[in-house]
Amino acid sequence: METFPHQPRRRHCQKRAFKYLSFMAFLSALTVPAAICAKPILAEPLLDGGKLVLTNGVSSVEGASGGGLATWATIAGMGTDRAIGVSGHVTGIALPDYGWQSHGIAIGILDRVEISYARQNFDTRKVGLALGLGEGFRFNQDIFGAKVRLAGDIVYGSPIVPQVTLGIQHKRSLDAAIVRAVGAGSAHGTDFTISATKLFLANSVLVNATARLTNANQFGLLGFGGGQGASRSVQFEGSLAYMLSPRLVVGGEYRTRPNNLMIAHEDNAHDVFVAWAFTRNATVTAAYADVGSVATFDGQRGALVSLQLAF
Amino acid sequence: MSIFLALALITGQSATPTPQDALPQSAEAIDWDKEFGAEKRVADTVTGELPVDAYVQSEDNVGAKPFQGDALARALGGQAGIKAIVERLVELSKADPRIEAIFQNQDMVRLRRTLFEQICFIANAGCSYTGRDMKAAHKGLGITRADMNALVENLQRAMREQRVPFAAQNRLLAKLAPMERDIQER
Ligand code: HEM
Repeated sequence: METFPHQPRRRHCQKRAFKYLSFMAFLSALTVPAAICAKPILAEPLLDGGKLVLTNGVSSVEGASGGGLATWATIAGMGTDRAIGVSGHVTGIALPDYGWQSHGIAIGILDRVEISYARQNFDTRKVGLALGLGEGFRFNQDIFGAKVRLAGDIVYGSPIVPQVTLGIQHKRSLDAAIVRAVGAGSAHGTDFTISATKLFLANSVLVNATARLTNANQFGLLGFGGGQGASRSVQFEGSLAYMLSPRLVVGGEYRTRPNNLMIAHEDNAHDVFVAWAFTRNATVTAAYADVGSVATFDGQRGALVSLQLAF
Repeated sequence: MSIFLALALITGQSATPTPQDALPQSAEAIDWDKEFGAEKRVADTVTGELPVDAYVQSEDNVGAKPFQGDALARALGGQAGIKAIVERLVELSKADPRIEAIFQNQDMVRLRRTLFEQICFIANAGCSYTGRDMKAAHKGLGITRADMNALVENLQRAMREQRVPFAAQNRLLAKLAPMERDIQER
């Protein structure tokens, strides 16, 4: 016949600690629980790394967590609702006439708020010469983002209610004189996003839909607004992904874009991707991305490769 | 105040007797269960299970609507497969540094039985569920989201080791995921 104490161990520890404190009056309040319990109960790690792998999303080119091109309702980093998480990314997109590069960091706080920063460098290569900017001219922009989770959970809770976030992205072109010269109304602008993301476990399918209020030209690289329109319009980002394993996802994305500049039209962008978390903390994403026409050069489709580290 | 505290700490560690010495017994010798009036439970001689507070047995306690056909039951390897998965899940979780403390001093005999019944019932593999509802079963355990995720990872591993196809794993997880709101306490 075996006997068991009734209390779960953690509560046991807390009670012991409490009793002990009353003996020890004001002495060393911090060291007592650690001395009595094998694991300190008061010291929870700031970075708990407790999310399920890939439920933090990968890093979008704009620095917000999500897919490659689209922002999702994910919160960056591996921290759960009692911790913070951080992630960093480097992304390169090789297009026929351009090279596009993005890197940045994001912080997730209590699985509620995300704060992100990304820098984009867009190399015009030979096109720069044709556009009179000089060969290898680079458009650069900084993107400061924030997201807050309003409701729902990607994995848990109701099987049909998605995680919903409201987001803001402030973009600043670092080439103000040139983006104005091509006809943009402003060198900086702010996008507003609302995203809904859900992993439908029964089908192993993840769905994201984002509405973006924006007047960015070429994601902001060519400034904001222009001759064909200065005010923001609602654009759509949709993503569909299938989970092959806890670490491997394949999918596709679609993103519509406004058409504000007189000199160059924009097409909708889309991609197909595979994301593989080769460790708990590192994910590589490879995609075939098509961003259509960029600064009068059509058919810009090519390979996207992104590496994300997340903790 | 902080200087006072620091002083007390320093003196406590050097010349004057430590508060532990002042106590009648060492910390380990004190029966805290007795101090707090926590009663010891005695295992049933036949089943090896500890008694639990009275509860109403009901199929609703299982916390999910069971599957209709037998596709999932077959994917899980029938009752034998489910038993193996549950055994492995409990074994992994008891050895998992992230969550092992929660399982210490808990009735693993009962947990193995009821968890088997629960998955077997949900998978429509021919069992009834006789355990408690998820809220009552996890009351006072202080389970966090991170704990839940750790357990899910262990369950995924147990199912993978039993060669359950990933899509089928997710179909079971889809039934368990909504229970999280009754299980997470903090
Ligand atoms: C969807 C997820 C979960 C399911 C389906 C589940 C299922 C169950 C079941 C059926 C029982 C026994 C009920 C009874 O005794 O009548 C139980 C008890 C228990 N569960 Fe869970 N559980 C889940 C999550 C967790 C997590 C995340 C932990 C901790 C990391 C945990 C730890 C325990 C412990 C320690 C007991 C024993 C409690 C006691 O005997 O008083 N469970 N669970």
